Amino acid sequence: MAGRIIYHVIVCGIGLIMIYPLLWMVMSSLKDTKTIFTTANQLIPEQITFQNYINGWRGFGKVTFGTFFMNSLFISIIATIGTVISSALVAYGMARFKFKGRKFLFVSMLATMMLPAQVLMIPQYLWYQKLGWVGSYLPLIVPYYFAVQGFFVYLIMNFINGLPVELDEAAKIDGCSYYRIFTKIIMPLIAPAMITGGIFSFMWRWDDFLSALLYVNESMRYPVSLALKLFSDPGSSSDYGAMFAMASLSVLPAVLIFIFLQKYLVEGISTSGLKG
Amino acid sequence: MRNNKFNLIHFLNRESIAGLVFSLPFIIGFFMFLLVPMGISLYYSFCDYNILSPPVFAGLKNYIKMFQDETFYKTIGVTLYFALVSVPLRLVFALIVALILFKTTKATGLYRAAYYLPSIIGGSVAVSILWKRMFAIDGVINKLLGAMGLPSEFSWLGDTRTAIWTLIILAVWQFGSSMLIFLSSLKQIPSTLYEASTVDGAGKVKQFFHITLPLLTPTIFFNLVMQMINGFLAFTQCYIITQGKPMNSTLFYTVYMYQQSFEYSNTGYGAALAWVMLGIVGLMTLLIFGTKKFWVYEGGV
Repeated sequence: MAGRIIYHVIVCGIGLIMIYPLLWMVMSSLKDTKTIFTTANQLIPEQITFQNYINGWRGFGKVTFGTFFMNSLFISIIATIGTVISSALVAYGMARFKFKGRKFLFVSMLATMMLPAQVLMIPQYLWYQKLGWVGSYLPLIVPYYFAVQGFFVYLIMNFINGLPVELDEAAKIDGCSYYRIFTKIIMPLIAPAMITGGIFSFMWRWDDFLSALLYVNESMRYPVSLALKLFSDPGSSSDYGAMFAMASLSVLPAVLIFIFLQKYLVEGISTSGLKG
Repeated sequence: MRNNKFNLIHFLNRESIAGLVFSLPFIIGFFMFLLVPMGISLYYSFCDYNILSPPVFAGLKNYIKMFQDETFYKTIGVTLYFALVSVPLRLVFALIVALILFKTTKATGLYRAAYYLPSIIGGSVAVSILWKRMFAIDGVINKLLGAMGLPSEFSWLGDTRTAIWTLIILAVWQFGSSMLIFLSSLKQIPSTLYEASTVDGAGKVKQFFHITLPLLTPTIFFNLVMQMINGFLAFTQCYIITQGKPMNSTLFYTVYMYQQSFEYSNTGYGAALAWVMLGIVGLMTLLIFGTKKFWVYEGGV
């Protein structure tokens, strides 16, 4: 009994330390902006105010956070649709077909998993500049329609490999073309993997800061991640209350996903991490 | 017979073509968004180029400049230090917490969630600006230290010894996803192994070092490789929290590359830095793979 209590005290204690920074951020956003740092060691605000949310939402210049959130939503959703569809197609192609160059493609795909965006930052910038894409959303969206993130292909491939081949074969004998097999049989079955992938993709696109920093230059078109940075720029008005309020709002989608769709997240991490 | 053979060939052809068609997005994407950009940047890395005027071929100039650039060595040191400290720490934390949470109780789901949440949002700009304020002189860390009666006027972000640690702590704080991977690997270890070893008189500690840890080494290895790569390439945290300050003590390689290319307009030099980084990351990955046979258990259960 005593052992169990000690166990829970320790685990709770560590848990509290883990989420304390986030609690502090949310609680600070509810304090009067002048008192945030004078009362930094008190977690609970003496008086709850939503003024910071009102001030923060006004945004910068004439652009409100409403615009920034819409921009982020637009980019994240459109890019995620592309990621999920193209990754499902490629995963099916690589998992179920034997063809020349398949092995090479598979290795290339694994290589893209090991090659994060930062390495490609400058090469891609130079290329998009040649294409005339700098300053538009195209670099933030178009590549994702070409399954450039091996992680998602890999995730869905693992899932397809778990489906019995007999299903495809039976359909083939019935005269189904490969394309019909994909849309009528495979797609419905891999829906869970596509949802898992979609969730990860959405969260990563939402958080994406580097490509927005490189390619978006009009504040009208800033996504939330870039807009938040304006708060911490030297020379900004440094209204920390407003900053914490908007920062809290910006993590809300991820937190909601976390609360309601945790099952898919855990699955995605466990399956993709395990079979490496 | 002949007809059959024809059908077979026809069938194979169709399969091979369909496979290519399904893989087409990746083939195009790999070419358009990976190979071509890398090729262009390889060329530019041998040029004097500042985006505004056309590139002028300059041979090895950028690479020679790099070897004389003290900041270049500094950033490699900082980045390596960050990766070599934060990744092992994060994995150790993830493993310890996974072992603690493996024992299921009613509250396990809740605990797991609390530990996992930071990983979900840790890479965001929101958390980076939060971190910057937490470690500010008047931030919550100093206030809490003050409340405990400890010195509370320390400038965490302004001291060359501690600034990098704020970034390391931020990275270690996000151990949740590794923890989940460890948890699901732990579940795959058959309980019969533990039962048999208990019969043989092995204690908990012995069981951990002779059963649990060896069977987890493939998972640890995979995590180590992926996270070292990502640790080496961290950008947002450094760019927002410290910007390399003070005195370049936290200047990550990627941020330096960004500065050179886009702030100082040395794009050719930036391209060369990108290629050297690719080489370093590749070398590091090979090194880790080289150690694999010494510590990763690959036999079955």
